[in-house]
Parts: sequence; C-alpha cells; structure tokens
Amino acid sequence: MRRKLAIPLCIAATILSTSLFAGPREDLLAQYATAARTETPTFSGFSAARGKTLHTHNFAGGKPDTPACTSCHGKDPRVAGRTLTGKNIEAVAASVTPKRYTDPAKVEKWFKRNCKEVLGRECTVQEKGDWLSYMLSQ
Amino acid sequence: MNIPYRPLALGLVALAFSAVVLQRAQAGGDDYFPPVVDPLVKEECGSCHIAFAPSMLPARSWKRMMANLNDHFGDDASVDADTAARISSYLVTNAADTGGKRYSSKLLRGLAPNSAPLRITELPKWVSEHREVPAWEWKHKDVRTKANCVACHADAERGFYED
Repeated sequence: MRRKLAIPLCIAATILSTSLFAGPREDLLAQYATAARTETPTFSGFSAARGKTLHTHNFAGGKPDTPACTSCHGKDPRVAGRTLTGKNIEAVAASVTPKRYTDPAKVEKWFKRNCKEVLGRECTVQEKGDWLSYMLSQ
Repeated sequence: MNIPYRPLALGLVALAFSAVVLQRAQAGGDDYFPPVVDPLVKEECGSCHIAFAPSMLPARSWKRMMANLNDHFGDDASVDADTAARISSYLVTNAADTGGKRYSSKLLRGLAPNSAPLRITELPKWVSEHREVPAWEWKHKDVRTKANCVACHADAERGFYED
C-alpha cells in the first residue's frame, strides 16, 4: 500500500518542485520558446552556442560605432562593459549580475533598442532565446 | 561730530562682497547642477549616458527631446507613454528656465529665446567654456564623445563641474 503511494507522490513532488523553482528567467525563456514555435514551425530549441556567435558577430546593418554586442558589453560576458559615453554596464552574464533578466519588460526594452543599434533591425525570437540562453549559461 | 567714513565704506564693501559670495554658495556656484534624484528618470535617462541635469537645458528643449525618443541622437530610446509623461514632467519642472533657474542663469546666456537645442554642447556658454579643450583630447579613447562629461569632470554625476 505504502509502495503504491510512493511513486505518484514522487511524481507530484517533482512537478511541484520544478514549478516552484522556475523563476522569471525560465518563464521568459519558455515564453520565447512558445513564440519561436509560432514564428518558425521547424523550431528546435535555443542554443547558447548560437547565442555566443550572435553576441560576438560583427554586423553591417546597424550603427557603425556599434557593429557588435561586444562593442559596448565587452568580449567577456562576465566582465562589466562600457557605453560610448563612458557609462559602466553591469556584466551581462547572469551569474555575475543575478538581478538581470528577471523583469521581462526590461529585457524586451533592451533587446528592441540594442538589436536596432547593432543589427539595424529587431531581433527574431530565435535570436533572443539563443542570446538569453548564452547569458544564463555564463 | 566726526563720522568715520573710511571704516564705514570698508565695512560696506566687505558686506557686499560676502553677500555675493553667500549668494553664489547658496546657488552652489556656477558649476553646480543638481543631479537627477527621481529613480525612474535616473534609470531611464542614466543607463546609456549620465542622467544629465535637467537644469542644463531649457524646458522647451526637454519637451522637444521627449517628443522624439525613438530617434534619440540616432538611437531608439523610446519608453511607454506613462513613463515618458513622468520623465517629461520631471525634466520640465526642473529645467534651466523653470525650477533649475538659480543654477543655470549663466549656462543659458547667449541662447536665443526661441532656440531649443537638444545638445547641452550646443549652448553658447558650453562652447565658450570648452573652447580651450584641444581636438585630440575629445578624440582620446577615454573621452570619444562630448557627452562623456565624467571623462574630465570626475564629480559630474554628483552635479559638480568646476574641474
């Protein structure tokens, strides 16, 4: 009798703990995944490696002063960056700046501005999810 | 009766002098521009550059700037309507020709009353104050732009620009 109860209890506990520990970042990433599936039916998940490429790639479409994310954020995501006007930018790596990516509106605001500045267009959901995955892995 | 004119005159001069000094001290001198204290304005206007003191531009300039945030010197700095309204109100209330007046009497000198510059660096007084800065210094890797006040004015974020 006890044995029979143990399995469903374990399952329930697992589900409960996952939902309890899923913070705002995981929620945001899940939202991006849902949106990405709608954007591209062939969507197969986000990749931190692709996010890293995006972060360091030099784009031609944006402002000449800022061809890459790293123009302001710096090469190492765990180190603070600097805007052209000399303002310090806290490190983009989630492990270094734990309060980052916990406010979805703020994340969206900066994706919109910075993608336009660097890429000359807004980022796709795939790109946002990849980039965020990279920063959460750092 | 023998009136001591000389000491009296000297006393009056001293009094007038200290009155001028006191007035300047009360106004924080000509090089003090109170920094932004509103947390929302600090956050929204101080992420990319220092949150410039509202008393450094007239209200008409701030209104013009806030009406065109999606092209903010070539960058998209747009915010939602509610945030924009709150920021505008703060800037206009504390502008160089409104609430911030006592700090800015000199900074606006020479500016045409109908002119609404978007750059503090376009103010005639700003230009004359910085005329001795050579071109190579502006291009220095730690300066790069005239909006980088803190590169030379170490205390700019606290409102002091005397150095």
